[in-house]
Amino acid sequence: MIEKTVAELSVALASGDISSVELTQTYLDRIAELNTELNAFITVCDESALDQARAADAARANGEAGALLGIPMAHKDIFCTQGISTTCGSRMLQNFVSPYDATVVERFKAAGAVTLGKTNMDEFAMGSSNENSFFGPVRNPWDTNRVPGGSSGGSAAAVAAGLCAMATGTDTGGSIRQPASFCGITGFKPSYGRVSRWGMIAFASSLDQAGTLCQSAEDAALMMNVMAGLDSKDSTSIDRDVEDYTATLDDSLDGLKIGIPRQHFAQGLNAEVEQAIRDALKEYEKLGASIREIDLPNNHLSVSAYYVVAPAEASANLSRYDGVRYGYRCENPLDLEDMYKRSRSEGFGDEVKRRIMVGTYALSAGYYDAYYRKAQKIRRLIKNDFDAAFEEVDIIVGPTSPHTAFELGAKSDPVAMYLEDIYTIAVNLAGLPAISIPGGMVNGLPIGMHLVGSDFAEARVLNIAHQFQQQTDWHCHKPAAFRQEG
Amino acid sequence: MEWETVIGLEVHVQLSTNSKLFSGSATKFGAAPNTQANIYDLAMPGTLPVLNKDALWMAVRFGVAIGAEIGKRSVFDRKNYFYPDLPKGYQVSQLDYPIVGKGSLTVTLDDGSEKVIGITRAHMEEDAGKSLHENYQGMTGIDLNRAGTPLLEIVSEPDIRSAREAVTYLKKLHSIIRYLDISDAIMAQGSMRCDANVSIRPKGETELSTRTEIKNINSFRFVEKAINYEVRRQRDVIEDGGRIVQETRLYDADKDETRSMRSKEVANDYRYFPEPDLLPIVIDEAYIAAIRASLPELPDAKKLRFRDEYGLGEYDAGVLVSSRELADYFETVARGSGDAKLAANWVTVELQALLNKHNWEVSDSPIQADRLATLITRIKDETISGKIAKTVFESMLDDASEVDAIIEDKGLKQVTDSGAIEKIVDEVIASNPNQVQQYREGKQQVIGFLVGQAMKLSQGKANPGQVNTLLKEKLK
Repeated sequence: MIEKTVAELSVALASGDISSVELTQTYLDRIAELNTELNAFITVCDESALDQARAADAARANGEAGALLGIPMAHKDIFCTQGISTTCGSRMLQNFVSPYDATVVERFKAAGAVTLGKTNMDEFAMGSSNENSFFGPVRNPWDTNRVPGGSSGGSAAAVAAGLCAMATGTDTGGSIRQPASFCGITGFKPSYGRVSRWGMIAFASSLDQAGTLCQSAEDAALMMNVMAGLDSKDSTSIDRDVEDYTATLDDSLDGLKIGIPRQHFAQGLNAEVEQAIRDALKEYEKLGASIREIDLPNNHLSVSAYYVVAPAEASANLSRYDGVRYGYRCENPLDLEDMYKRSRSEGFGDEVKRRIMVGTYALSAGYYDAYYRKAQKIRRLIKNDFDAAFEEVDIIVGPTSPHTAFELGAKSDPVAMYLEDIYTIAVNLAGLPAISIPGGMVNGLPIGMHLVGSDFAEARVLNIAHQFQQQTDWHCHKPAAFRQEG
Repeated sequence: MEWETVIGLEVHVQLSTNSKLFSGSATKFGAAPNTQANIYDLAMPGTLPVLNKDALWMAVRFGVAIGAEIGKRSVFDRKNYFYPDLPKGYQVSQLDYPIVGKGSLTVTLDDGSEKVIGITRAHMEEDAGKSLHENYQGMTGIDLNRAGTPLLEIVSEPDIRSAREAVTYLKKLHSIIRYLDISDAIMAQGSMRCDANVSIRPKGETELSTRTEIKNINSFRFVEKAINYEVRRQRDVIEDGGRIVQETRLYDADKDETRSMRSKEVANDYRYFPEPDLLPIVIDEAYIAAIRASLPELPDAKKLRFRDEYGLGEYDAGVLVSSRELADYFETVARGSGDAKLAANWVTVELQALLNKHNWEVSDSPIQADRLATLITRIKDETISGKIAKTVFESMLDDASEVDAIIEDKGLKQVTDSGAIEKIVDEVIASNPNQVQQYREGKQQVIGFLVGQAMKLSQGKANPGQVNTLLKEKLK
């Protein structure tokens, strides 16, 4: 049963082949058995999950339906969940229990989905390997010596290992797509503003976006049908009609114009990954698509611009963790300043502190123009590059990451880690929808293919990804050690 | 050396919205600590701001009223600093693109001349909470009721030249804000707060010199005293060969002095940057036009009208328009009595004295405008004299019944019956032979004494004109 996609489980639940309680118990059993090794979950909600499952079964018996009714899922531990601890992967919030639900959580609850637990992540979503969690690193189900990617590493590993049917994630610079790529699953980041940020703990407000980690583009469409939409509690959420993302999945790709950015097939890209992506592109040609090279001339500036804008916003967003009202407070502070300094020094990990310092510096008097303002200008140039590209093509395709999952501890230099997101970061700066889907395997590890759409072209991106998954079975490959039915 | 004082004021007014600038919490004054703070006000993780439309409307209303430029695209910024009563660790304010741009205010100085004082800008921002240091035995309590209350910060140009001028400007600002009904603007409650930037320079000098900023001034009177103290202090420092240090100073009303705050707090780098949780506010001409159409008649226009329509003098008109409530009160009295001059006189003298004595607002007065109008009508139709009217006015304070009933009950009606007056006049003539003699010998001014005696005898109720005429006739 755990091999099934959400779409398939939905049919099984509707037909009565299985109950939500049975399904939920299956996943809870797997979590109990396998989480120690993977460390994908920070919190598991055995009791409340079964309560929700019973409620879902009862609702179904009462004639209620809905694609996600009774489907067991996990939330990245960055989404506030009322009554369940929300840590954001940080010692700072180790004992924090949110008094409210994030809009995303509320919407899945309303759809009848079952929350199995909260998944591990890089602290405050800062990282590309999930090694920055206060709760320890997550391991990649394909090779437990390797990282699952980050920051949504727990969600990616949990889906890949069959510890949940689907999971939420957040993507600020690639935090859904890169782990999806490393774990061989489908990870979708919608356009900025498409999904509410209310209750999603902020890292970099102008870049953060909630999205999905699951087994297929079709599952992503089912999740998006629940998640997407205007929220009056988030001023940056967009007042724009929500499509039925499943309705256009089967649209033909005949005549589709695919652009492949010269800059994403250049130095630094692993040759085997490049070959896999070029092979995958041939599948699109078979479906009637044409492929041409395009230019994203300012792409090389994206990582630098991102590491000014994101830390700058983070430096302010994380000021509220001061030990005054909730969260970690140091023992026996001497005075106010001592309380601030020690609470924050002891409560945050190194990477978070590094980014707070970088961001504080970038906003300081005398440096603002040279860093923050300049980064915002670059951001505009990057957006212009994409706008120009979408005049010519319908979708931009390339690798999600320059390589496959690396080993734990392999990247100790922060800048080397920052370059992990070289293909994904520009998409956040431009606010576009993008997906990573399995596009091949090399040395037993999955390769992610990255598809980027124009503003609010969610339905088109999912359609193009889905058509590839109808043609190939890369998304059906499972990590052998974790996907044998128990 | 002759010195010139240069002052610029930063005035914060709490906008009188029902809820906070970015959250739905109530903003009532005086509630129990932390009963008006929701998850956004507490800066819970994941919470986001949503702009209060009423606050925007009020801010633009102020801008339109003073003829200022309105920011068609204004932007909120984060001002970063750590303090326990600032839950997010930053205050959401506006730096480069404020909602209200350049404008000005015309004030009437003590000598009657008019002066235009420039307004640099006005912007929206959140108020902070309060730190409570009493009763916590070595700890500090935090009350976040005020955190997030909408403020409009109004910044003047350094156009003000004396402490008196500063108060005049502040009172005018207060009056306009009250006319616009956008804030209670009560300094004692902190819904209007004033910081003063003060410097002095040799007369004739055009460059600005180093200024100090005085904070924590919470009444009009203290504004004047604090500035005067600070000007004296700066003059003493310079004349003793010292230099003024740019710093923030606190005004201590008890000691009537300003004191330097720790310079550490002054040296903050606030690291402003655009608030990414809020989109820029874009407003169009239609929005501004709707606000313009909704504006009440403002004090300057009202003053002109009062002079034209009611023939009032500059001074009376100025006093009457100083508050919208007083102006409305006057107009009701003027229209109800049909005598604007008498109405102006009663409102500016008797009513004002009453309000001052009890520290009342116009609305607190037990004598409402329609009753005063009736009272004045009774003076005009000679039911009572002006002097008796003051007695009636006093009675009206504790007696809510009809004016006519009070006059009737207390027997204060003016005696106009010539028979009755003749009796009184005869009695006065009979009992004051000496004075009658003097008058007849040509000492005309004695008539005043005799009229006085007649009035006394009638307990003030006799019509003085009739008494006068009759006396003169009888003594011919």
